This record gives sequence, structure tokens and C-alpha cells, in this order.
Amino acid sequence: MIARAEPWQTAEVSGLTRALPVIKPEVVVAAIKKSKRPILIVGHEAASVDLEQGKPIDYVIQIAELTGAQIVATAHVIGEFTQRGFNRASWMPIMDISNRLRDPNWQGLDGQGRYDLVLLIGFQYYLEWVTLSGFKHFAPHLKTISLGRYHQPHANWSFPNVTPVDWERQLKSIVKQLKEK
Amino acid sequence: MPKKDIHLKLEELKSGLTEVKGLELSIGKIIEEGWAEPMGPTPYPSVTTLREWDMKLLSKYKPMYLPYCDSCCLCTMGKCDLTQGKRGACGLDMAAQQSRIVLLACCIGAATHTGHARHLIEHLIQKYGSTLPIDVGKSVGIEVEAPVTRLVCGIRPRTLGDLEDVLCYLETQITQLLAATHTGQEGNELDFESKAFHAGMIDQVGMEVADIAQLSALGYPKADPEAPLAEIGLGTVDVSKPVILVIGHNVPPAAEIMDYLDKKSLYDKVEITGICCTAHDLIRYNPKAKIIGPISWQLRYIRSGVPDVIVVDEQCIRADVLAEAQKVKTPVIASSEKNCLGLKNRTLDPATEIVADLVSGSTKGAVILDPEKVGEVAARVAVELAPKRAKFKVLPSIAEIVKEAKRCTQCSDCRRACPNDLQIPEAVSKAATGNTNKLADLYEVCIGCDRCESACKNHIRVHSLITGAAEKKIKEEKYKIRVGRGAIQDIEIRNVGAPIVLGEIPGVIALVGCANYPNGGAEVAEMAAEFTRRRYIVVSSGCSAMSIAMTKNEEGKSPYELYPGAFEAGGLVNVGSCVSNAHIAGAAIKIANIFAKRPLRANYEEIADYIHNRVGAVGLAWGAITQKAAAIASGFWRLGVPVVVGPHGSKYRRMLLGRSDIKDDWNVYDARTGGLVNVGPTPEHLFCVAETKQEAMVMMAKLCLRPNDTSKGRMIKLTNYIDMQKKFYGVMPDDLHQLVRRETDIPITMKEEIVKILENKGWKESTIPDPTLLPRMIGTRKSR
Ligand code: SF4
Ligand code: SF4
Ligand code: SF4
Repeated sequence: MIARAEPWQTAEVSGLTRALPVIKPEVVVAAIKKSKRPILIVGHEAASVDLEQGKPIDYVIQIAELTGAQIVATAHVIGEFTQRGFNRASWMPIMDISNRLRDPNWQGLDGQGRYDLVLLIGFQYYLEWVTLSGFKHFAPHLKTISLGRYHQPHANWSFPNVTPVDWERQLKSIVKQLKEK
Repeated sequence: MPKKDIHLKLEELKSGLTEVKGLELSIGKIIEEGWAEPMGPTPYPSVTTLREWDMKLLSKYKPMYLPYCDSCCLCTMGKCDLTQGKRGACGLDMAAQQSRIVLLACCIGAATHTGHARHLIEHLIQKYGSTLPIDVGKSVGIEVEAPVTRLVCGIRPRTLGDLEDVLCYLETQITQLLAATHTGQEGNELDFESKAFHAGMIDQVGMEVADIAQLSALGYPKADPEAPLAEIGLGTVDVSKPVILVIGHNVPPAAEIMDYLDKKSLYDKVEITGICCTAHDLIRYNPKAKIIGPISWQLRYIRSGVPDVIVVDEQCIRADVLAEAQKVKTPVIASSEKNCLGLKNRTLDPATEIVADLVSGSTKGAVILDPEKVGEVAARVAVELAPKRAKFKVLPSIAEIVKEAKRCTQCSDCRRACPNDLQIPEAVSKAATGNTNKLADLYEVCIGCDRCESACKNHIRVHSLITGAAEKKIKEEKYKIRVGRGAIQDIEIRNVGAPIVLGEIPGVIALVGCANYPNGGAEVAEMAAEFTRRRYIVVSSGCSAMSIAMTKNEEGKSPYELYPGAFEAGGLVNVGSCVSNAHIAGAAIKIANIFAKRPLRANYEEIADYIHNRVGAVGLAWGAITQKAAAIASGFWRLGVPVVVGPHGSKYRRMLLGRSDIKDDWNVYDARTGGLVNVGPTPEHLFCVAETKQEAMVMMAKLCLRPNDTSKGRMIKLTNYIDMQKKFYGVMPDDLHQLVRRETDIPITMKEEIVKILENKGWKESTIPDPTLLPRMIGTRKSR
């Protein structure tokens, strides 16, 4: 694993408040466990990237099933969830779900109260970058985790830049630990 | 002429106290009534005149900021840390800082179009006189010839000279707006947003002024749906001839090249080719010219060694054009004072001397600010230099690619520099084994920015490797584009006005800006085809209009050969260059004026209110785009027209989003009764990013919904929205209960299924109002 916690795209100079690199998946597992209302936002790349034993979306579904976390599929990804038999995902553009999450009075997709932890995966690097920056500045009530392959300094926690092999290993390990606990 | 100088000229004035000779005085201007329509409420609006209207839109579509960096470094009190609620030394917070950057971008855009218009008009007045009549299509019955200018300024320009008055107004507004961004001026984000809208509106006028001036003077097709087809693509160039390349947006120097070649009977012996909007305007001037492609083709074309001389004017020209041209021994002529490239100004030197210096290579280029001289010098240099250069190129052969690729250390610096995270190291590593297919594949998704090459510490010419590997593909780039037609005819507006406003034509989709995004060109073309087939009206301009052309069906036909160029259901309209975008706004304005008979003159709020509530138009800018595109989008926002951008558009750092889940946000007045009616999220957003082409299409279909749709219209719009969501997402939309107002809105073929969905959601029928956001419109008219 390349344990470098610097932004993937070289010109994206990271901000004054920076993410903690997730070297061990325990960090993510602990954050999910601690969260009362986690939400996973899943972009189109989660279904287009091939890892050795699956696609990122397959791990996302397992995480959602193990934790009961809400899933919001963006772009056209919702079909990929239903095809895999996962039928409780909502869908809307990333900007819409971001806008709602930033509103401290929003009571969630089910009206049961606001979310406290946002996990993102499957977006173009820069799109996720600005989304996370928006949360960092305007949604102090949220904690954020990037589950993408590249380091996102605007999140609270993010993997360092990792190879596809290590990325899959991390995702698998998160699933495994969620199962164990 | 609507305005007139009071001009006093005294040859001699003698009094007991003083003696004055040869005094000339211009005392202001008075408005001359040469136009029967009475003056509306907001002629020449100042920065705050339309603020209330802006605030109405901004309360429905609230800004969502996406800071691109944590600090502000605009003045020397900074850098200031603006993270998480902190304020800068001047008291500014992050939201205001982001909106200030939006305003700055819009000011730059508006200044660029207006500056372009100023240069163009000065030149055209010098050449054709200030009394040259404005004519954008008199012969096809266009009477409302400058809808944006009439709407904003309240004047009806009749000659080129009249446009100068308009420019003075625009320049004043841009100066005031720019001043508002200074430290210690505006501090409220919504006021910054309102000012950004103002900049957008100013920009729209600036574009209209530029385009109607060139249309009137240069003999372009005038609102012609059957404007000729021209050639586009690198493969269309006859490389056996001397080749001239023009890049930029201001056409006079390029037009003068054509004239010179014509005068010297050299036309058939020289190829004249263009990139970006100068190319668009050049084919409007003479369809024998050839377009190479949009902005991303600059480096690959220059490095191919084909152009023997390069003429740049203004906007979207690579800053390294001179260095790149040097590599292939091609001289550069800079023809605009906005972009002198560090070259010596040779405007006053004899043409023969400049030609000799450029041909001998004793100078790498020259600034020539006289378009006519540019015409002569460029043509002569091309002819004299072509045999000497022998198309000297720097694109590597396959053997050279393989050799160079072997130096790669797989450090990934190129990929990390690539704006689109393309898999360059993988392709280079494959090339090192002798297989260049992966590199050639990158050509399809590469936007030609060269960041990869600049980043490579091993000096591997990554972009050239990609281009070299794709040589075969490049030779096959041969397509047809319809020449920009300019304005939309009044009669076309009369024909489509009712079906658009009632919703029977499901929408007007405007594909504008650059599509420089991986596969962006092909995706824009795909979207154009999808909406054209669904009988929307598709309009395009600028680089998007080019990208649409650069695809073919199985029979080898480009979209412009397949779809009619008329402003009608199923039409594919190329209005022309970037400044022709004004005709798209103009068409929406003309629907309100010509079809609905709303007064046009200086009546901005009412017309915008009409368009926002009734005209189902949506803009899309798909690629990574410039400040000009920010200003163009902003002009549409103020008119209440939603704009969708591709993923890179998120870097504009703020969206204007509605909240479909907050019901009260969607109340409008019913102009008939004065009551408030809930119309649901229509249109849902004013500015939003789409992550993929599929999402963009679904989003656009939905954003075409308007409160005024009749049941039949809503049914047609919903049919398309549902159909596209099923096709691209594989699911039924989950928001139909917010969009169906009456049972008659429900698409017949899906009635059973939808009724069930509505029942589950506890849906109730609602009324269709005569919608307006303006209380003053209540009870004033019978609306169409
Ligand atoms: S403009 Fe204001 S926020 Fe920006 S650097 Fe100056 S003092 Fe700081
Ligand atoms: S930057 Fe150069 S050396 Fe590094 S991977 Fe890219 S091409 Fe290879
Ligand atoms: S030139 Fe192409 S491959 Fe290189 S950085 Fe730009 S987009 Fe990426």
C-alpha cells in the first residue's frame, strides 16, 4: 500500500483542515458503529470499476445490509442496485442529496431524523472533492468518510491513495469486521 | 434611431469677456421616440434595478456553495482562513467569498464578450460606416431583430452606430460590477448572486450586439434553417496545399485572409482552417473554409505540422501557442491587442517586410492589429513558407513512440496531473511492449490539455504519443456541420409558440459551451440525437455545435445531415459561434413577445417571469468551461431558464437548487385569482451538476416542466421523463406525485401503473394556475 496522505490530483492543494488518513479499516468500522444514522452516497463509478473479486457497489451493498445504513444512489446507479436485488436504495443527484444533508433541520429520507455520518464512494475525484468541501464548511453537524481509492483531504477520514488491490482489501476488511462485531 | 446627440458647434464666440474659437460640445443624449411601443419600466437597468426579481429566484433556488479552497488571498491582509465559519480580516465569510468568485467569473465573461463586441464594431464601423443598417433576417420577415437589447435597454438599434450606445451602457455596468468585488464592498452572498445575474444579463446583450453586428455587415446566413453544410475535421484538410490556421473568436482578420486569397485568385490553392468560434464565424462568412474542431484540437493540429502559418485573435487560445508553433517552425500572427504573446507590434510596417521576416524565420511572429494587413501577410506567408516547411511535424512515428515509452518509470505523475484521471501510465507501459492501441484509445477521451506532458519528469511527450498513436483515426475525422444560421425567425416563433408554452413540444434543449470532457463530444452528440428523436427542439452553438457534428451514423451521415435546421420539433439548430448564444435567449424572449404579445421594451421582469413559468427551455454545458460560460449561464438564470453542467461544472463552486421536499417553496400566484397555488418543483433547479450523461438527460427532461403546462403538454413531458428514467436508470421515477396535477396529466399508456403509485403517496388533484411570481401581474391580463 502507498501510505501517502496527499491529494491524488496534484493541483488540488489541500485545505487548512485536512482529513485523517485511514490506514486501518478499523477507523471506518468504529465510525459506522458509533453513528446513529449513517448514509452512504454511491456514485456511478461504484458500478463501472472492476476490482478483482467484484465491483465497489457489491461491497457497498454488504455494508448497507450489515449496518442498515441508508443508501442514496446518484446518476443512473439505482438500476445497478435493483439488479442486485437491493431494493431499499433511494436515488437523486449528488447535488440534491448534498443540499438536503447540509440542512440541519432535514429529517432524512424516511423522516426519522437527521443523518450524522456520510460515506461517499464512486465519484469523479473533483466532484467528490467539492462535495466534501461543501460539507466541511457548511455542515458542521456531519462527519464524512470517503471510501474512494484516492485521498480526499476535505473528508474527516479518507484512505490514502491506494492501488486497486489495496482498495479492495480495505473494503473487504470493513465488511469482514462489520460482520464480526 | 432611438437616441440622439445634442451637438453644438461654435465656429467663433465673442463677448466682452472672452473670445472662443472652434468650440465643439456634445451635451448628453435625449431619447428620440422612433419606436411605437411605449417604454417599459426598466430601461438600461442599473446594478440594483432588477434586484427584487433576482431575490425571488434566489429564494426559490438557494445557492449551495462548494468552496474550491479554504482561504481567500485576494488582498494583502490575507491569506485569510475561512474554514468552518471563520471570517477574513475584512469581515467576509466563506459564502460571500464563493459568491464573489462567481461574480468575478461572470464579470470576466461579460467583459470578454463585450470587449469582443467593441473591437468588432469599431472595425465594422470603420469599414462599413456607422449607418450600416442592422439586418438579421429582414428578407425572412424578422421584425424583432434585437430582442435582448430591446428587452434590457429599451431601445431598438437600427444601425451599427446605435450599437455603440449599447456598448457604453454595458461597459459602465461591468465596471460597477467589478468594483463590487473589491475588498470592503459587497459582503452579502445573495447580493453577490444578484450582481452575478446582472453580469449575465449584460453578457447576453454584449453577445447579441456582437453577433447582430457581424451578421449585418459580413453577409452571413440570416436566420436560414437551410444554411449550407461545411466541412469539419482534421481529415478534411488537403495537406498538399499551403495551410492557414486561425484560432479564436473575432473573425475580421480571418475574413480578410479569405478576401485577400479571393482577390489574388489564390483561393483554390490555399487551405484555410480554423479552431474555436473564429472557425464558426469563418464558415458563416464563407462555407469553403474548414473547421478543424473545438478548443481541444489546438495542440494536436499544430504538432501535426500541417498549418504553415497561425493567426490568433482572442479568447480560448492556448497561452503556449507560440512555443508550440516554434517547434514546428510555424510563424504566428497575433491580431488582437488582448493577446500579443510578447511579440513585436508590426502593424505599421510594410506587409512585404513582415512577410520576409516571417518566411525567413528571423522572427517567430508578429503583432498586426490591422485585419486587412493580417489578411495579406498570412496569405503570402503561407504560400511562400509551405514549400520550405514541408509540413515539418513533431508527432512521433510508431517506432519512436515505442522507444520513448520505454523510458517510462510508471511514476503516475502524468495521471495525477490529468484533469480526467486517464489511465496514461497503463497505456504507456503497453506501448513500451510495442502495442500502441491503448494510447490510441486515449485519443478518444483526451481533451488535449497537455498537463500530462508538463508533469512527466522523464520528458515523455505524452500528448504527442497519444496523438501519434491515433494517426489513422485522425485521418478519418471528416464530417459535415451546418453553418450557423443566426437568429430564429419570427414566423418560426409564431409556429412553435403555442406548442412550447402549452407543453406539446416537450422542451427546448440548448447544448452550449465546450464539450471537452472524456467522451464529451460523443456524449453531447448522443444527447442531441436523443432529444431530437423525441421531438424536442435542440439548439446548439460554439464548440458543442462542432462536437455534435463530429459523429456519424452507420451510413456515414453527421447529425446535421440527418435532422432539419429549423426551430421546430425534432430540429437540430446550430445558431453559430459563442456570441450567437444570444439568439437562443432571444428565441425565448420572442416567444413571450411575439406569441404571447407581452410588451418587450425594457420590460425585463415580466418577460423573465413569463419564460420561467411557461417556456420549457434548459441549457447544458457539458465540458470543463470558461468564465464566458459562467456569464452565459448567468444570463439564462436571470431569465429563469435552468442550466445543467457536467461534473467539471461543480468547480463553479455554487449551485442554485430547489428543494422538491419543501412544499411551500413551490407556490406561485394565480394571475387570474390572486391566490397562491402550489405547482410542485417545476422547474426544480436553476443550476445543477449532472454526474453522467444519463443523469443529464433525465434531469433536462424534468427541468423542461413548467407550471403553465396544459394537461396534454404535461402528459407529453412526463412521458419523456418517465421513459428516459426507465431507459437509463431502469426504474420508475419516485416523484410523480409532485409532478402530476390532474388525472389528465397522466400518460395514457402508463395510467394504471401511475394511478397506483399516486394512490400510495396519498396524491390529490390540484389546479393549474395562470402562474406568475409577480404580484403586480395579478388581474392585469388574460395570459397565453
Ligand atoms: S479580501 Fe478579505 S478575506 Fe480576502 S484576503 Fe483580503 S481581508 Fe482576507
Ligand atoms: S509521468 Fe512520465 S514516467 Fe511517469 S508514468 Fe507518466 S509517462 Fe511514465
Ligand atoms: S492531454 Fe489528455 S491525457 Fe494529457 S492530461 Fe490532458 S486530458 Fe489527460
